[in-house]
Amino acid sequence: MTILLAFVAAVLFACGSWLLMQRRLSRIIIGVGLLGHGANLLLVTAGGGPGRPPIIDGAATGAADPLPQALALTAIVITFGVTAFLLALGFRSFQLTRDDRVEDDVEDRLIARRDAEGREGTDDPEVGPATDFEPGEVDQGAGS
Amino acid sequence: MSALVPLPILIPLLAAALSVLLGRWRVAQRLLSIVTLSSVLAISVALLVEADNGGIVVHRSGGWPASIGISLVVDRLAGLMLVVSSLVLLAVMIFAVGQAGVERERIAFHPVYLVLATGVSASFLTADLFNLFVAFEMMLAASYVLITIGGRPDQVRSGMSYVVISLVASGFFITALALFYAATGTINMADLAVRLGELDEPIRAALAVLLLVVFGIKAGLFPLFFWLPDSYPTAPGPVTAIFAGLLTKVGVYAIIRTQTLLFDAPDWMGAVLIVVAILTMVVGVLGAISQDDMKRILAFHIISQIGYMVFGLGLFTVAGIAGAVFYIVHHIIVKTALFLVAGLVARRAGSSRLSEVGGLVHSAPIIAVLFAVPALSLAGLPPFSGFLAKFTLVDAGLAAESWIAVGASLAVGLLTLFSMTKIWAGVFWGEREEEPQSEPQVDGRTGVQWTMALATGMLGAASIGVSVWAAGLYDISERASIDLLERGRYVEAVLEVEP
Repeated sequence: MTILLAFVAAVLFACGSWLLMQRRLSRIIIGVGLLGHGANLLLVTAGGGPGRPPIIDGAATGAADPLPQALALTAIVITFGVTAFLLALGFRSFQLTRDDRVEDDVEDRLIARRDAEGREGTDDPEVGPATDFEPGEVDQGAGS
Repeated sequence: MSALVPLPILIPLLAAALSVLLGRWRVAQRLLSIVTLSSVLAISVALLVEADNGGIVVHRSGGWPASIGISLVVDRLAGLMLVVSSLVLLAVMIFAVGQAGVERERIAFHPVYLVLATGVSASFLTADLFNLFVAFEMMLAASYVLITIGGRPDQVRSGMSYVVISLVASGFFITALALFYAATGTINMADLAVRLGELDEPIRAALAVLLLVVFGIKAGLFPLFFWLPDSYPTAPGPVTAIFAGLLTKVGVYAIIRTQTLLFDAPDWMGAVLIVVAILTMVVGVLGAISQDDMKRILAFHIISQIGYMVFGLGLFTVAGIAGAVFYIVHHIIVKTALFLVAGLVARRAGSSRLSEVGGLVHSAPIIAVLFAVPALSLAGLPPFSGFLAKFTLVDAGLAAESWIAVGASLAVGLLTLFSMTKIWAGVFWGEREEEPQSEPQVDGRTGVQWTMALATGMLGAASIGVSVWAAGLYDISERASIDLLERGRYVEAVLEVEP
């Protein structure tokens, strides 16, 4: 049983990681959710196998360990709150730009442009315009 | 005395709730925040004095024994961090009150800022790995709101990458917690310190590296720092200052705490930390040199300075860790002061770009002085605190014969001086350009209030204070470092059964 759960956790981690690499925030949010589920599942699995009784009257022998479940509950609540915030952020981004794509850093693009301009000015073939990074043209196809 | 320990967590949290209710009365809200943070500062000083004179202070919530209940612990390191962080939180709050815009238009600013203060205090106080996670989340959730508080497009963009990277780190943290619990059956740090010793070396190594990655993301260590200079500069001035000063240092604190307490400082970990530290220092400072915006230059310097702290830890000697602790204290104060100055510059000149601002030494000489003190300190010129901090680290590095790291740290110091002069030449010298080329930041209003200058001056004075009382501070750092390396004391203090 635990092997099955470990396998499920692994699949959740894999799918979550893949979704995190996308450019659209809606996919990233799902990825974060899957990653969180995988981690929480791992936390519950850490408490031991299934099917054991709860603690009654302080007789703890052979009972299920309640601590990881409490931890997982706390972690779920936190993940829930933060996911709600991320959704609001995605919605705000959609309001502002009609898109929820995570853009490249503006300042990085400025520096890349300065670099390209600097290279165009020189006659040295070794320093010539080597960068193929065009500012403004940010991976249009990625993630769609 | 142990009854005081939960107060740095409880007071700001309750005040945050009260602050929401006071949302309509801005003056009352401000007064509440300042009174709260001042009282936290006073309590932190009392706790540090007690921890330094009377040994480790332990508070067990509800009187439960440590292995079942939640323990809060103040040792010298935690006490020192609490004092510095509450000082900085107070100064930045005074600055924010003076700045029209951030806190005046948004009711949320004060409550969220107090929650951030709660999270920071809780991270320093907790003796439990899961509570450390909760404290981090509290701090991070507050920081998500603060970094996007204006709702402007650039804030939303940088907020996205910041939130996502923090969530990935939190996911790793839960995973690490699950593995710790599966391996040992406890998450109390003192308990873990004992039980981890019974595990096989490879499992311990895996756990150590996993925790290093988790906290490395938060601290901005070498391969994991990319999010930091991207997201910090877009927040409002005071918010950037508090993030730059505190948040990454909480990550460094967690690295120091876990690597010294939980694991017995194996040689390979020291080597890994030193290599990472050298790369962090060098890459950070090289990134800073290529930037044009004052806030971004400073943000890259955070990364390079984190390298120094980790270098001190990586030596795993008393002098090394003492140097790292001293460096953190100096760095929190100086970095926050520098970012506050960047906020002042943006206010005064409408921009913080070197290419758009100039001649401030003529038009605003006070800002120039407020910049010069922490900037020279950051670059490590005597007699400022940065010189002493670097000196202790280099001295420790020489004693441990770690030549490459010492050479790298000296070279990086030189480059830091270079980029500080670059800011000085770009912002303060030269002719004042007639019209700022970009829109004035934040809310279109410019002008500097006296409270803003006062808050920045407070931190500048604190940085000079660090160099004046350097001997006393270094002694405390050294005692803190001895405590950290002899982890038996912490373990005994926490696990000892209450009489």
